[in-house]
Amino acid sequence: MKGFSYLKNVATLKLDQPTCIGCGRCLEVCPHQVFELIEKKADIRDLDACMECGACALNCPVKAIKVDAGVGCASGMINEWLRERNIKAPGGGCCS
Amino acid sequence: MLQVKKGPVGPFKIKSVRKTADAECAPGGSCCSGEADAGSDKPPCCGPPTSKGGGTITEKVPGFIEWLDTPGGNVPRIASSLGFSDHLGACKARWGIGRMDFIVPPGLYALGNPSATDPVLVTANYKMSYDLVRRSLSGRNVWLLVLETYGINVWCAAGKGSFGTGELVRRVKATGLDKVVSHRRLILPILGAPGVAAHEVARRTGFGVSYATIRAADLPEYLDNGMVTTPEMRRLTFTLYERLVLVPVELMMGLKAVAIIGGAILLLITALGNDTAGISGFGAWLGAWLAGVVLGPLLLPWLPGRSFAVKGAFTGLLWSGLYYLLAGGSGWNGAVTAAVFLALPAVSAFYTLNFTGCSPYPSRSGVKKEMRLALPAMGSALVVSVFLLLAGRFLRG
Repeated sequence: MKGFSYLKNVATLKLDQPTCIGCGRCLEVCPHQVFELIEKKADIRDLDACMECGACALNCPVKAIKVDAGVGCASGMINEWLRERNIKAPGGGCCS
Repeated sequence: MLQVKKGPVGPFKIKSVRKTADAECAPGGSCCSGEADAGSDKPPCCGPPTSKGGGTITEKVPGFIEWLDTPGGNVPRIASSLGFSDHLGACKARWGIGRMDFIVPPGLYALGNPSATDPVLVTANYKMSYDLVRRSLSGRNVWLLVLETYGINVWCAAGKGSFGTGELVRRVKATGLDKVVSHRRLILPILGAPGVAAHEVARRTGFGVSYATIRAADLPEYLDNGMVTTPEMRRLTFTLYERLVLVPVELMMGLKAVAIIGGAILLLITALGNDTAGISGFGAWLGAWLAGVVLGPLLLPWLPGRSFAVKGAFTGLLWSGLYYLLAGGSGWNGAVTAAVFLALPAVSAFYTLNFTGCSPYPSRSGVKKEMRLALPAMGSALVVSVFLLLAGRFLRG
């Protein structure tokens, strides 16, 4: 994203190119232009721009994309950690 | 009772952009996995505990004009212009007032005077999303399919799966959309894609999915452009204004914790030293919080480093310098000065790190890595500064 860049070499995005059918759906749904289409195959153009939202993996009709998707939110993760240790998080826990 | 799912969690944002174009995330809703619910037909387990959903469509829906008789049943025709109460509601929601009730009933709505061939646009039932979309489509004839996202904006709801395949399929069937329109195309916001598997929707409803734009404001151009998305329409932004509108709700949400911690600091330092030192310590804490919650987000692209914690530590350092000047730092001994310059940046860093949830670009893996490094560093800085303060026999002057 123009003017913003997050940590390098952390994104878990993986593309299995042989499986790709070149439909271009990943290019349509990616909010950060991570993919490009080269000779009817998707290619990862900018891995560090990936925010792991999971839109590409979910919308890939042949499951050629894998990513550990989730929301990059520090307070959400703190709550998650607390929950895993059975500590009641303040204000959290809507599913229980 | 629904089970808490392991795996990706988190609010989002996301509070966010999240409306079609609003990046702010839902507070407190940090549960349920990301895409796990997307394919399911069950109602999502998530959503703020206070929201029971948008209810059913009546003549009381915002902007109601009249009922439109369609082969799928009665559909409310709604105005595309917003009234005073709509603007007031949006303003209050930005400040976190009545935000959980800022919701419209899910279902099918008509804007203008749509016919069976007119496009169907899909959005969330957060009222700000609904208002943004209907306002941007002023003067058009379109159908608006509103999904039950429990008052959460498109992006955050997509991350949680409530703006998802299951809900979209369910809503298409419940509204009898195939009888209302003759075409088979649904137009979705791009930021809804993390929750919706387009090919699944097509398989289960016969409706194809087009991801149109990121911002609702670009919808008219998209429609005029023969429903083709230009590169500009899928470019995410995070402008100063877009960051600014996220600050009030962050301030309001932090208020309680800030008052409790600030009160504890006030009492502790007053008990150990004197009331002047207590008030000074409280001010130092308040300033560090504001530096992290307000200054960090506003100066985000210009602060050094990629890490939010580093950026926040920098704003905290700026505040430490200012505090040094305001509180007469030249009278402090070395230990107290060091304690101030360690503790305040740590506090600001923590709060700016929290802004990752509102920002439309940090990845989950990146935030995890950052937290693994930053939280111990912040903790150590605080512990060391407490020892330094004790060693320096509390604040002087």
